[in-house]
Amino acid sequence: MKRKLPLLLTFFIGILMIISEFIPHKPFGSISGEVENWFLIISGFAIILGQLSLFKVNWFKIRYKEQNWQYYIITLVSFIVMVALGIFWGTEKNPGLLGNGNQISAFIGSKPFDYLFDNIYQHLQATMFSLLAFFIASAAYRAFIARTFESTLLLVAAILVMLGNTSIGFLLTGWIPDSLNFLHLPKITEFIMKYPTTAGQRAIMIGAALGIIGSSIRIILGIERSYLGGD
Amino acid sequence: MAEKKKQLDRRWIFLTIFLGVALPLILKIGLPISVSENVRNVYELVENTPPDSKVILSFDYDPASKPELHPMARAVVKQCFQKNLKIIFTALWPMGVQMASDIVDQLKDEFPNLKYGENYVNLGYKAGGMVTIQAMGRNLRAIFPQDMNGTSIDELPIMNGVNNFETIAFVISFSAGDPGIKQWVQVAHDTYKLKTSGGVTGVSAPAILPYVNEQKQLTGLIAGLKGAAEYEKLIRTLGTATSGMDAQSLAHLIIIVFILTANINFWIAKKKEKKK
Repeated sequence: MKRKLPLLLTFFIGILMIISEFIPHKPFGSISGEVENWFLIISGFAIILGQLSLFKVNWFKIRYKEQNWQYYIITLVSFIVMVALGIFWGTEKNPGLLGNGNQISAFIGSKPFDYLFDNIYQHLQATMFSLLAFFIASAAYRAFIARTFESTLLLVAAILVMLGNTSIGFLLTGWIPDSLNFLHLPKITEFIMKYPTTAGQRAIMIGAALGIIGSSIRIILGIERSYLGGD
Repeated sequence: MAEKKKQLDRRWIFLTIFLGVALPLILKIGLPISVSENVRNVYELVENTPPDSKVILSFDYDPASKPELHPMARAVVKQCFQKNLKIIFTALWPMGVQMASDIVDQLKDEFPNLKYGENYVNLGYKAGGMVTIQAMGRNLRAIFPQDMNGTSIDELPIMNGVNNFETIAFVISFSAGDPGIKQWVQVAHDTYKLKTSGGVTGVSAPAILPYVNEQKQLTGLIAGLKGAAEYEKLIRTLGTATSGMDAQSLAHLIIIVFILTANINFWIAKKKEKKK
């Protein structure tokens, strides 16, 4: 029963949602709307569950002194500090349990949560993303080698798109008369992005959509049961 | 082996990229920018919308993508305020709320007469992604009974008559991934026929471009920093995207030089091996 009930529920809800797509009238339309509301409520709880899970995972790694356990202390302390500051003094326009923390705000210029968010969190995230520029440059230097016909094709396309996507592409070919504008690097880039790339992307999207339909049917029919934990 | 030995120490690559990015930001070269059709379509969508229309701007990104998406979001918000459009800010990402607030704060000096609740409102973040958009299309007031400050939307004049997407002129999503622009297209446009547009990071643009098609699932697309710089050019405001484009252009050029160097090294090594 422990396994059969979730399987039956999944089957029932799955079939109901499929029917409501084709018959969006009562009672199917209103039932699917109600199920969507349940989903939104569950999504809200999922955030809390995620936070508890984050806490638990990090806590156990520190407790059992797993490899590099010291780093997990930083995660846990950062997590607790941000949660505590948010709960006690709130965020920009929302007061916390202890009010707005006017004295602290007067000292540091904004609420403690916002101060850490603006001055630490934002910059750390932007830094992580910016580091990609260095790694991409290094990876491109090593990977874009014209060893075969296919890799040469990739290399040429990459260089054209890179040039066309910058001001330099416009600068290099801007002098070409409008009658030959198909030779403008930005136009060539637009062509590559609009036709070969989009065609490839559509193929991937159609393949992925078919895959999703296949696995959804497997879940609805109870063939795929990994979501129950196990099997 | 010969190929590997010839490879440049990656610390030189890092140093060159650093200089290539830093120097144009300090010296400001001012390279020319050409406007693409996709960006112009987004601009015209906003430009041709009658004043006082209500529009949704969804901030579906966080600080990691801020350098790329924030300039385009700021440019679009500025144009909306210039055109006197009433903006309803939402977010499918938790940090998107702060991103929207930050832009409004930046523009307050330029538009001192803006009134919260009349010219714009921030409804905040709602979990659920695609399902949230579906529910907004059915009954927006049920999904967002309050704004981000906890004020009932019944008390906000901008929300008068807004029950679903019927009274909304268009939605623009600034998106760094899922949930984001894809979900807005699939629900807001495909189900509710709402004009949809947006801006994405350069790296995710190829995955979103198929939606810019004859059916106009997406009305144009602002892709990456280049798209943002093009938009700044269209609204005649030189912002951080325009200055950032110099750095990006030079960084791209440096990468191309490195790629060509690596290939020349490879061919020389190959020739030498053949001779042996």
